[in-house]
Amino acid sequence: MIEVMFFFFAALAIGAAINVVVQKHVLYSALSLIVLLIAMSGLFILLQADFLAVINVIVYAGAIMVLFVFVIMLLNLPQDEDGADRLRWLKFLGVPMGLFLLFMILSTIWGARTVDGVEPRLVGSPEAIGRSLFTDFMLPFEVTSLLILIALMGAVVFAKKEL
Amino acid sequence: MILKMVIVFGGLLGAFAYLSLVERKVMAFVQMRPGPNRVGPFGLLQPIADGLKFLFKEQVQPTAANPWLYLAAPLISIIPALLSFSVIPFGPALQVTDLNVGLLVVFAVGSLSVYGIVLGGWASNSKYPLIASMRSSAQMISYELSLTLSVVGVLLLANTLSLVELVRSQEGTWLGFLPKWNVFLQPIGFIIYMIAATAESNRLPFDLAESEQELVSGWHTEYSGMKFGMYMLAEYGNLTASVCIATILFFGGWNGPSFGPDWLVMILPTIWFILKIAVFIFIYVLARATVPRIRYDQLMRFGWKYLLPVALANILITSFLVAIS
Amino acid sequence: MIPLSWFLILSAVLFLIGVLGFFVKRNIIALLLSVEIMLNAVNLTFVAFSSRNGQISGQVFVFFVLVVAAAEAAVGLALVIAMFRNRETLNVDRSNLLKW
Repeated sequence: MIEVMFFFFAALAIGAAINVVVQKHVLYSALSLIVLLIAMSGLFILLQADFLAVINVIVYAGAIMVLFVFVIMLLNLPQDEDGADRLRWLKFLGVPMGLFLLFMILSTIWGARTVDGVEPRLVGSPEAIGRSLFTDFMLPFEVTSLLILIALMGAVVFAKKEL
Repeated sequence: MILKMVIVFGGLLGAFAYLSLVERKVMAFVQMRPGPNRVGPFGLLQPIADGLKFLFKEQVQPTAANPWLYLAAPLISIIPALLSFSVIPFGPALQVTDLNVGLLVVFAVGSLSVYGIVLGGWASNSKYPLIASMRSSAQMISYELSLTLSVVGVLLLANTLSLVELVRSQEGTWLGFLPKWNVFLQPIGFIIYMIAATAESNRLPFDLAESEQELVSGWHTEYSGMKFGMYMLAEYGNLTASVCIATILFFGGWNGPSFGPDWLVMILPTIWFILKIAVFIFIYVLARATVPRIRYDQLMRFGWKYLLPVALANILITSFLVAIS
Repeated sequence: MIPLSWFLILSAVLFLIGVLGFFVKRNIIALLLSVEIMLNAVNLTFVAFSSRNGQISGQVFVFFVLVVAAAEAAVGLALVIAMFRNRETLNVDRSNLLKW
């Protein structure tokens, strides 16, 4: 039963990711990314990380993607211009290079896995994450607050009409 | 499990339809007129007549509309409204499922309901829906912040995110007569939650996205037939979900004095829950009938400059008090 | 029981799709979306390893990746708006004033 759910979410994720890349109108790409995020949340729940699954939906799909959709609607472009397709022959080189990249990634992380088929030893409860966030990772936590402040100031400055 | 889901969601859809009748009747009595009373005794068959009208009406679609998004937007609106009911407990053992992070699931599907409005306005490809949907989505994501921050105080007191545990933490009474509800411990949080929930469900005084006087009908101008019916159901669904969460978080959910014979004791918690929800829905409808609409810039200023700092101050004070006790 | 290797393969494939999207697309917003796909694939790897090894720090890292993705999306979109104001197009091929 769990395998069926894994295959469902995995197929949904891969389909949505391919749709992001293939669509001509960028609004459909953004909506496919939202579907990808929901599939990711499903996979997180299968890995017993339920707090992260819900946070993924609230923060990523509910806030960041709304920002993307707003900007796309604001700029209101028609479909992708075709432009000078100078790299037409390079696209055929893309497939074997892509497979080579896949092989490189897999060979790097394959060796780090533990024994297959072991039960997940961890439940990602909010208490465990909070405890770790405020003891071991206190410094990165405070630094990310600075990071968000800088991003906020940067976004406001860039989007102003005149400085 | 499937039976539970069918009962809950079928009953909910019927309840949302009758909520429209409640709203019309209460607004009518406030305005000194009788309200719907032709169809059935006291207008009780009016929602059925409305439902049949929505089913049989011709669905007019603008030619320039985006067909896939036009169809998908009401679905995206109503699915979160119904999904949030899958974690709400109506009684001691009456919920579809009890998740470890149940409260966050309600907020997660609430933040997904923004897309129903944004895409509805975009897909209609005309002026009024676009303006309305942009305004409404900006309003919803601004007040979503205050909504989530206002319940952090309650979570600090109860130490859990599961809705069933939150209800159980409010059992019992102080001094024998004052129930242990969170509203007495977190009054500011409750007020912020009510205001933010009104803004989240696009109700008056925050409903300039569907204001009849300015924007014809807001983001559902170009919708007719069952798609419009779905938007209406979604709006009442969001309202009811916010009200249910308010009772669970602040007013003790299904806790209440239990008395009487055995069969009464079994259904009494659900009756208390429904009574509390009914009081809140009455307050919401009363607010719709009496309070004027807020202008857009006043709304954004209120949400960011007043409501958000008050919510943050609430968290600060609550965490300080919890830490020193 | 789902083996860990399935999650790793899935995340590698998603990362690959993100990289290919980043190379192929010409629209700036589509490039940003491809970066988000890559970040999501990395999130999946983090959570998969954290779940199998029993350490919570993998999931805490996902938090930080999420924060960085949010900050980067905000600043990136502000840049996109500024660029659109100057140039009326979102095609990266047209932004070649610095080319020889």
